[in-house]
Amino acid sequence: MALIEVAGIHVRFGDRVVLESIDLAVPEGEFHGLMGPNGAGKTTFFNVLTGRVRPSRGSIRLDGEDVTGLGSHRIAAKGVARSFQIMTLFDDFTARENVMVGLPGFRARGFDMRHAADGDHGFAKEASEVLTTVGLADKGDVRAKDLSYGDRRALEIAVALGQNPRVLCLDEPTSGLGSDGVRRLAALVGRLKGKLTIVAIEHDMEFLFSLADRISVIHWGQVVARGAPHELQQNEWVKRSNLGRFA
Amino acid sequence: MIPTQKSDSERLITPTMLVLFLVLATVPLWIARVGLYPYLGIEILIWSLYALAFNLVLGTAGLPSFGHGAYFGIGAYAFGLCQFNIVANLWICLAAAFVIAGLAGALVALFISHRRGIYYAFMTIAFGQIFWTLAIKSHKVTGGEDGLLKIARLPADLGFASFDLAGNVAFYYFVLIVFALAVIALWRLVHSPYGRVIAAIKQSETRAAHLGYNVWLYKASIFTLSAAVSGFAGGLFAMAQLAAFPDVMSLHQSGYVVMMTLVGGGLVSFWGPVVGVFLFLIARDVIGALTNAWMLYFGLLFMAVVLFRPEGVAGAITAAWQNRSLHSMRQQGGSALRLLFGGERWR
Repeated sequence: MALIEVAGIHVRFGDRVVLESIDLAVPEGEFHGLMGPNGAGKTTFFNVLTGRVRPSRGSIRLDGEDVTGLGSHRIAAKGVARSFQIMTLFDDFTARENVMVGLPGFRARGFDMRHAADGDHGFAKEASEVLTTVGLADKGDVRAKDLSYGDRRALEIAVALGQNPRVLCLDEPTSGLGSDGVRRLAALVGRLKGKLTIVAIEHDMEFLFSLADRISVIHWGQVVARGAPHELQQNEWVKRSNLGRFA
Repeated sequence: MIPTQKSDSERLITPTMLVLFLVLATVPLWIARVGLYPYLGIEILIWSLYALAFNLVLGTAGLPSFGHGAYFGIGAYAFGLCQFNIVANLWICLAAAFVIAGLAGALVALFISHRRGIYYAFMTIAFGQIFWTLAIKSHKVTGGEDGLLKIARLPADLGFASFDLAGNVAFYYFVLIVFALAVIALWRLVHSPYGRVIAAIKQSETRAAHLGYNVWLYKASIFTLSAAVSGFAGGLFAMAQLAAFPDVMSLHQSGYVVMMTLVGGGLVSFWGPVVGVFLFLIARDVIGALTNAWMLYFGLLFMAVVLFRPEGVAGAITAAWQNRSLHSMRQQGGSALRLLFGGERWR
């Protein structure tokens, strides 16, 4: 049984159909890429998957459990983490504090009003280890807003990783990164691959085709093609569009 | 790297607190000599507690509440009504002020906690006006505009000893002890895991939700807590005034606590509200002795701070004291203001 099972998802905003019968099954450990032109509905699909948007029809199962319509905090607590295309960090917190707030152990103590948040050095240590994973080992004390763009992108992923998730959803992680940044990110995601289930929206075809196990192409709110990268390169639809040209 | 020395945020009582409490303890010895009067000290302490409670919502959570006077007033009435109708016991009546104001806060929180920014502000005003109107119109319960009179300063009975609080100096020391305990508790709260989650939600509700936090519940809980502590301060105020009046619940009195907190620097500093209350009440008495238009001058100061010095007085002091850059404090204050009242960062 697949870890994520999405069946017949429809989303409508007013009279506009944004997603139409999306099906997706991602087995545990798979890296599943999502691609498609702007406005195709990829981010909306992420919002459905992570509980931000309620689908009008269809169901989402996580490890066999129906999670359709649950709020984002509930879905997050079940081990689904996400990063954001438009960076969504706690800007006045340091990098370490950003990660710390996301740790499951910290969340479990969220209503603790009696102890000092900084008093438990276990959290600080755990957060520092996550920062090391993404290459921010020496930036722990820098405020998020003072980090460089590339470091903020890395922190986006670090915060999600700190949640110790089973499913990691990455929304255009390479967005705005230079070629050097993309290379470092690819190396990081390569290391994560196989250890957790990853669903990633990405426009950088080289990045996606080199890392993904399977890719779904979304266009006009529907999945128009799906398969392993080498299969997709043979796909008529992908060939006709310019999506496959870098592959 | 990870700090090995204990930081202030981990301490139960910080050096700043100790100095402040000690200085405050000497106030009755010299306040009359500088031309002021002991009652002013009581007022400053009570309003400081109220402003600190208010700043849990405004500064810590980044939620603009403009009807907070309602909870201060409800606390005052609850204290008086408990004394007249239930039992004339100081501790029970203060607890009633805390609980009843907290319940009112929880009720309002139910309706507003899915909002933020200007919508939140308007809804807090609307609810504040409802409570104010109720206080004025319910003559039989609250005494209407005449107020609830003849509230007594009940003795502080500790079991082994009982202290008479009728005199202003004795009452001042009682309020100071309560204030000190409340400051210690609020400092702990703001720097606890809970306080950090609240601060995270202020910066990004979206991210906090996707980290697994029930944003609505946290927002509702901090508002309720703030209302409860405001009500507690209101109970002390009823004792100070020997009465409870509806005017503290009005929109313009609710505005005072906003002005105090912003001028003082509540957006960047824990102590901002206290600094603001000192400035406000002393300006009221000192400038007020010279001209009736003292609020004109304080209002101008308020506008200047909001426009040019969002870090407030406490921000400037912190920058000078801890050698932090004033620029970064100003940025922090500015972004907190944008978060509260609009601009690119709130949706």
